[in-house]
Amino acid sequence: MPEPKQIEEPMLSGWGRLPVEGSEQISEDLEKITRGAVLTRGLGRSYGDSSLPASPNDSVACSRLANRILSFDEKTGVLRAEAGLSLADLLAVFMPRGWFPPVTPGTKFVTLGGMVASDVHGKNHHREGCFGAHVRSLRVRLADGSIVECSRADHSDLFYGTMGGMGLLGHILEVEFTMQPIPSSWIVMESERVANIDEFLSALSQSAPTWPMTMGWIDCLSSGRAMGRGILMAGRWAEPSEAPPAMPKAPHPHTMPVDLPNWAINGATTRLFNTAYYWRHLRRRAHTVLAPDPFFYPLDAILQWNRVYGSRGFTQYQCVLPREAGPEAVREFMARLTKLGGASPLCVIKDCGAEGRGTLSFPMEGTSIAVDMAVSPQIQRIVDNLNEFVIAAGGRIYLTKDRFTTAAHFRAMEPRLDAFQALREKWDPGRRLKSAQSVRIFGDRE
Amino acid sequence: MKVAMLGATSGMGRAIAQRLAARGESLFLLGAHEDLLAKSAADLKARHPQQRDCRYAQCDLEHPEQFAAALDAADRALHQFDCVIVTAGMFATQAALEADIELTRRLLTVNFANTIVFCEHVRKRLLARGGGRLVVFSSVAGDRGRKPVALYGPSKAGLATYLEAIDHKFHAEGLSVLCVKPGFVKTSMTAGLKVPPFAGEPGAVADQVIGAIDRRRAVVYAPPIWRLIMFIIRQLPRAIMRRIGI
Ligand SMILES: Cc1cc2nc3c(=O)[nH]c(=O)nc-3n(C[C@H](O)[C@H](O)[C@H](O)COP(=O)(O)OP(=O)(O)OC[C@H]3O[C@@H](n4cnc5c(N)ncnc54)[C@H](O)[C@@H]3O)c2cc1C
Ligand SMILES: NC(=O)c1ccc[n+]([C@@H]2O[C@H](COP(=O)([O-])OP(=O)(O)OC[C@H]3O[C@@H](n4cnc5c(N)ncnc54)[C@H](OP(=O)(O)O)[C@@H]3O)[C@@H](O)[C@H]2O)c1
Repeated sequence: MPEPKQIEEPMLSGWGRLPVEGSEQISEDLEKITRGAVLTRGLGRSYGDSSLPASPNDSVACSRLANRILSFDEKTGVLRAEAGLSLADLLAVFMPRGWFPPVTPGTKFVTLGGMVASDVHGKNHHREGCFGAHVRSLRVRLADGSIVECSRADHSDLFYGTMGGMGLLGHILEVEFTMQPIPSSWIVMESERVANIDEFLSALSQSAPTWPMTMGWIDCLSSGRAMGRGILMAGRWAEPSEAPPAMPKAPHPHTMPVDLPNWAINGATTRLFNTAYYWRHLRRRAHTVLAPDPFFYPLDAILQWNRVYGSRGFTQYQCVLPREAGPEAVREFMARLTKLGGASPLCVIKDCGAEGRGTLSFPMEGTSIAVDMAVSPQIQRIVDNLNEFVIAAGGRIYLTKDRFTTAAHFRAMEPRLDAFQALREKWDPGRRLKSAQSVRIFGDRE
Repeated sequence: MKVAMLGATSGMGRAIAQRLAARGESLFLLGAHEDLLAKSAADLKARHPQQRDCRYAQCDLEHPEQFAAALDAADRALHQFDCVIVTAGMFATQAALEADIELTRRLLTVNFANTIVFCEHVRKRLLARGGGRLVVFSSVAGDRGRKPVALYGPSKAGLATYLEAIDHKFHAEGLSVLCVKPGFVKTSMTAGLKVPPFAGEPGAVADQVIGAIDRRRAVVYAPPIWRLIMFIIRQLPRAIMRRIGI
């Protein structure tokens, strides 16, 4: 009998589960494993190939175990931690003490490093901007191996380039940012059934001034007069007088035990789900007090939910259309999306506030639409088609979700690309840092 | 408890430290790398505000001359520790060890000779103050000579034999020894290795080990199923062990 192999077959994938050959170094000692590495990844929640190596022999560091909290100032809320600290971990420690991160994406299974590298946004983007707006300082290992501390005052170009820079300017080792005090550990939410996309856009802009957090779920299979119908959710932290006296119970997530078959999510099941979800919201408007987890992280209730798409994998298309393009652009985008097919139950709309300072940061003033799509032979055509529309409308896509955008399309939608490449030329002239995505989109050598 | 920990910067040691800190025990950290020790102490303080003065000192298992001074520092900070937990250890695959005789020498020295020398320093101190707890991580790899751990296994077997012997010899004098035998546990030590069935998580192992410390057990397998697995493997005849790969 042959000796069983001691070494694991090396495969890595992002959240969309399209694996590539490659392996990651993992250790509590992030400084050690980033030496000589071409990329650092966190919890792999980016959907596409942002966190994947360009070639199987590239050494990729994984920050997940480097998650120490280095300091916290109870007076100012300033927190410094290693880049591998997850939001889930941070919340478990600090929510009971009355603190919450200033910005959170729709899952808590992300690392601080990933939040900076994608310059993530949340339901409060129209108020608070991206996560990067709250970062004070970063400790970064550069491509040449040296380590620098950067901030708005020191090496500010590196600081802003690293925000939304997808790990391509340096390995983020430590992140210092400001937490926010919360009046209670509960959320007051108002949700409203919305009949179509025009109503949606006006409802979003009406709630923005009064509600610090807003977002909407869209039934992207509805068409005609109901096109873009859905549910608008607006929230704020509950005042102590409105909140239940106890802390919310720790959530007990279920795990998706197996891959569903590839046909499980199709037009018919999606239509069924969407219709049910829409009409479950019986009253037109509802007012609830709920725990932060179901409000911020509804999808985290089922671990490994990405297995519902089966072995074919999936992607998310997320773009932002500028305010100037008007509601017609959003309406037309939705019409295209419905016509192209391939859409899934998850379609989310959000109005973004002003563009941040991250050199390649995604959000801009306008409307962001995100939709999950199973990977099919048509996927490239669908993404190309949507990208052409987005380019014409003056919008852009979100790199951390992307797997299929072409280099030519990205250049056409991204006037800031030259500025970013100039930063790479300065901080990594040999282009040692790269990912599968940077090879595909920025034309790096494999 | 007043606990000095060698190896709390990572893996199972770190998981144990977090739990002990949460329940308010006093901790002192020992390890090879000052920067990792500093960060780990800061982390314990930030997560557990009651750990305001968690301190640390360098103690590299490759440098036995550091042991006495490091334990002195722990004694000063804790006003005499009454428990020492050693999770520090080295691992390398059999292929890597066979290819590199110097790596083999280092691993055998760290896991066997120097860990025992360290434990001897601790034992003398604990006995001088009337006894205490000594908790050391061996491994299921020491339970039977096996192909995939032909060099790592013996280093842990020797350590386990030592721990058993000092338990026999000094138990009556108040020394309480716990030998922890982890099976496969998912830490950075085993990252990249093929994950076998019954692999454990560091957090669950930590809970089990702390339970065993509280109940003054002498040996604990973690996860517990490994006691049974190793019992079966110990029964297998040599002719079979020669043929199979486990
Ligand atoms: C269910 C779900 C909901 C989401 N909702 C939102 C949302 O509402 N808003 C939003 O903005 N995003 C959202 N995202 C995307 C997610 O926030 C980002 O992809 C985030 O970057 C993932 O973090 P990670 O730690 O998993 O990073 P990874 O996926 O591992 O890496 C992402 C990128 O960051 C880089 N990176 C990671 N760590 C480091 C480091 N230490 N140093 C340098 N570079 C690093 C990687 O190289 C890669 O380019 C969502 C994702 C999921 C799965
Ligand atoms: N994981 C398993 O499957 C498994 C199975 C059986 C037994 N074990 C044993 O369990 C123990 C803990 O393992 P783990 O999985 O938690 O591993 P780990 O995360 O790699 O931790 C090992 C620790 O040992 C320390 N160390 C290594 N060399 C050292 C030296 N020369 N001097 C001082 N400290 C040193 C490391 O410190 P630095 O971080 O500073 O390098 C680290 O803190 C080890 O003794 C291991 O042999 C593990």
